[in-house]
Amino acid sequence: MSDGERAGTPAPAPADGGQVPAAPPVVEATGIVKRFGPTVALNGARITIRPGETHALVGRNGAGKSTLVSVLTGLQAPDEGTVAFGGGPAPRLADRDAWRQRVACVYQKSTIIPTLTVAENLFLNRYDHGRSRLISWQGVRRRAQELLSTWSVDVDPQTSAGELSVEQRQFVEIARALSFGARFIILDEPTAQLDGAAISRLFERIRELQRQGVTFLFISHHLQEVYDICDMVTVFRDAAHIVTAPVAELPRAELVAAMTGEAAVDRLQVRSSSLDRTALPALSVQALGSDGSYHDVTFQVGSGEIVGLAGAAGSGRTEVAETVVGLRTAQAGEVEIAGRRPRPGSVPAALAAGAGFVPQDRHHQGFVPDMSIADNATLSVPHRLGTNGFLRRGLRDRLADNMIEKLAIKTPGPELPVSALSGGNQQKVVMARALADDPRLLVLINPTAGVDVRSKEFLLGKVEETAESGTGVLIASDELDDLRMCDRVLVMFQGRVTSEMARGWHDHELVAAMEGVDLDA
Amino acid sequence: MPETVLTDTAARAVEPKPGRTPLLGGRIPLARLRDLALVPAIVVIAIVGQIVNPVFLQADNLINVLQTMSEMALLVLAQTMILIVKKMDLSLESTMGLAPGVAAWLVVPVGAGHGLGLLPGAWAIPVTLAVGALVGVINSLLIIRFGLNGFIVTLGMLIVLRGILTGISGGQTFFQLPESMLYLGTAQWLGMPASIWICLALFAIAVVVLGWTSFGRSLYAIGGNVDAAKAGGIRTDRVLWIVIVTGSVLAALAGLMLSGRLASVASAQGNGYIFTVFAAAVIGGISLNGGKGSMFGAFCGILLLFMIQNVLTLAGVPAQWIGALNGLIILVALAISRITGGKVQE
Repeated sequence: MSDGERAGTPAPAPADGGQVPAAPPVVEATGIVKRFGPTVALNGARITIRPGETHALVGRNGAGKSTLVSVLTGLQAPDEGTVAFGGGPAPRLADRDAWRQRVACVYQKSTIIPTLTVAENLFLNRYDHGRSRLISWQGVRRRAQELLSTWSVDVDPQTSAGELSVEQRQFVEIARALSFGARFIILDEPTAQLDGAAISRLFERIRELQRQGVTFLFISHHLQEVYDICDMVTVFRDAAHIVTAPVAELPRAELVAAMTGEAAVDRLQVRSSSLDRTALPALSVQALGSDGSYHDVTFQVGSGEIVGLAGAAGSGRTEVAETVVGLRTAQAGEVEIAGRRPRPGSVPAALAAGAGFVPQDRHHQGFVPDMSIADNATLSVPHRLGTNGFLRRGLRDRLADNMIEKLAIKTPGPELPVSALSGGNQQKVVMARALADDPRLLVLINPTAGVDVRSKEFLLGKVEETAESGTGVLIASDELDDLRMCDRVLVMFQGRVTSEMARGWHDHELVAAMEGVDLDA
Repeated sequence: MPETVLTDTAARAVEPKPGRTPLLGGRIPLARLRDLALVPAIVVIAIVGQIVNPVFLQADNLINVLQTMSEMALLVLAQTMILIVKKMDLSLESTMGLAPGVAAWLVVPVGAGHGLGLLPGAWAIPVTLAVGALVGVINSLLIIRFGLNGFIVTLGMLIVLRGILTGISGGQTFFQLPESMLYLGTAQWLGMPASIWICLALFAIAVVVLGWTSFGRSLYAIGGNVDAAKAGGIRTDRVLWIVIVTGSVLAALAGLMLSGRLASVASAQGNGYIFTVFAAAVIGGISLNGGKGSMFGAFCGILLLFMIQNVLTLAGVPAQWIGALNGLIILVALAISRITGGKVQE
């Protein structure tokens, strides 16, 4: 990969006598089962973290990482299994103070109150009180200053917390966690919003704290970071524990294989390409760039071609796809849809140029839940429903009936509100709308997220069918099943297209590319 | 609400860079100075008032201003607390009428208007405060316990409570109030009306509580990020209950003071006050999005509004025009408060 410099960093040796049997593990979870309704989020999962180590927890989306974090931090009780801290049993869920003394988690989402100062955030609800029993702000500030300098966090305690950068906020949250007495800290994708320099500062800080006896559980989508900073790694897949091993003893290829599972590795794709080279390309993207999310992205989607845009969360794939359909405006570069250049940042212009799209999150952007299937499916094609802005209900219902049939949406009729449908059928409605105007270009963002297996197969089959009719398809997803039928897959990593794979890739190759790992390194 | 959203973004656009903004050698963060943003405006109005009419700065006139604003100032105090925890209570103005109304209804002797004469006069104050607390409990129950939308709940309560007052009073005014109800509105303490003392004292207490007690700070934490407040060990629901019930009790107290001053409880007592209350709070720098603003700022807000009204009256503006001007003043004051204080607001 282009990221050879980072790939070259050697994994640090285990810091100290973390393996000494005398010291009980900082945290030990065994046989954890957690169900949410019919889905099993954790199925007999376990993890053991020894003092002083930096332990990585990796796994693909839905592997159960976040559920484990909420169990380990006492936000949720496991249905089965036990959690022990330092050999003793975990405190009751209601005893927040006891939990805070044992474990702290720095989430991606801030738990800082932006309207208050840093000092006040650090000592929220445990202020210094003066002789008059009123808060001594001087004392709070002094303690905050002490705390921040003890852990060498360079932030003025008087600043308003809302003004902190993401990096500073993380340091402040780590310092706050340490001030409760916790020496075990979970970092949930701490690097997702940081740039390269900030990441190396964060790692510097982690190493420093590790030397001072702090234990970390490090969750990341970037496997390279696991090799950079962690001693041990635990892999979860499909709600279960797969392997725990010292990082140094687990080569990259094996790690990726553990994440993807052997079974899927050799499933090959069987679609013959429907690419029509003679026709105008459905999409042409030239040197597209936008600060902080992606840079210099150039690619084409031919007529009848299916192109995958793969990448981990935060790689910029979603942003690029959203730019193509006008949900975002790029700062540089051009988007050409079927030979026309729609006004940047305008969804109607992109639709008029011949794009149809399935947005990332159907609940937020996909449909209006309380409106009927007919209304939702025809939302973007009012011009087909009548003239002069008046809608003809008959026309709408015929169009909708047609779509319901074409996409096999299970419903008693077009008048049913979309919110009454299952996830898979909801997504079909969104797909129906994308296809309503016979698009030249179909853009799909995570098209099968939260969809059952059969609807998934059906939706993907529909996509192939659409491509055969000459429509170019762009699928932005990190779901391997979505990408399998693509004629080629472009992989994005940290905002750049880093590699291109023709059909016939192996799962571990693609995953490795998405995680920015060089398998040959 | 829309105005804060708008002005907030406008202010953000104006702000050059949200870096650290230390002032006076970094000892006083600029954020603290936001509290004082209205002081220059108050000084300007005082000077203008003095030019318009030399009566303005005389003690009698100033006491008059303070006394007329004292009841509404208590509503502002209550609303400020509630806004800081990111709730709102529209029903305060009806509580202000209903609480003393119920007391008068039970206490005023039969024959004079709609009084029932069931209780001796000494019960008037406890009844008033109890009605206020009851309204607060009902509001809290609906908003916090049952998770209903606070705006709509208190809008409903505003109408219901006003209706109850109209019902028990037959749409008329209670006169012949007992001595106890008149006391707070008429007594003089150390040469100043008691209501001014009460108002100033309560604001002073509120400034201290909000600034220097864990309870007060928890209001800001809840308004700023309720999840983080919970994670910080604050019992958020309990704090919200206390805030809403206290707010209603303060409204009842304000009603008591107004009834005492006017020696009557009209069925429309407090009607329409809530708009001025909101305006004063927002002018005073209280964010409708919660977690921001200070008691001192809110006090300056209501003081500024009443000073301007007083200046207009002294300038001889015809009474028919006062309503239109009041609305205009609120808009202008909002704009001014954004210009003077907006730059440091996020």
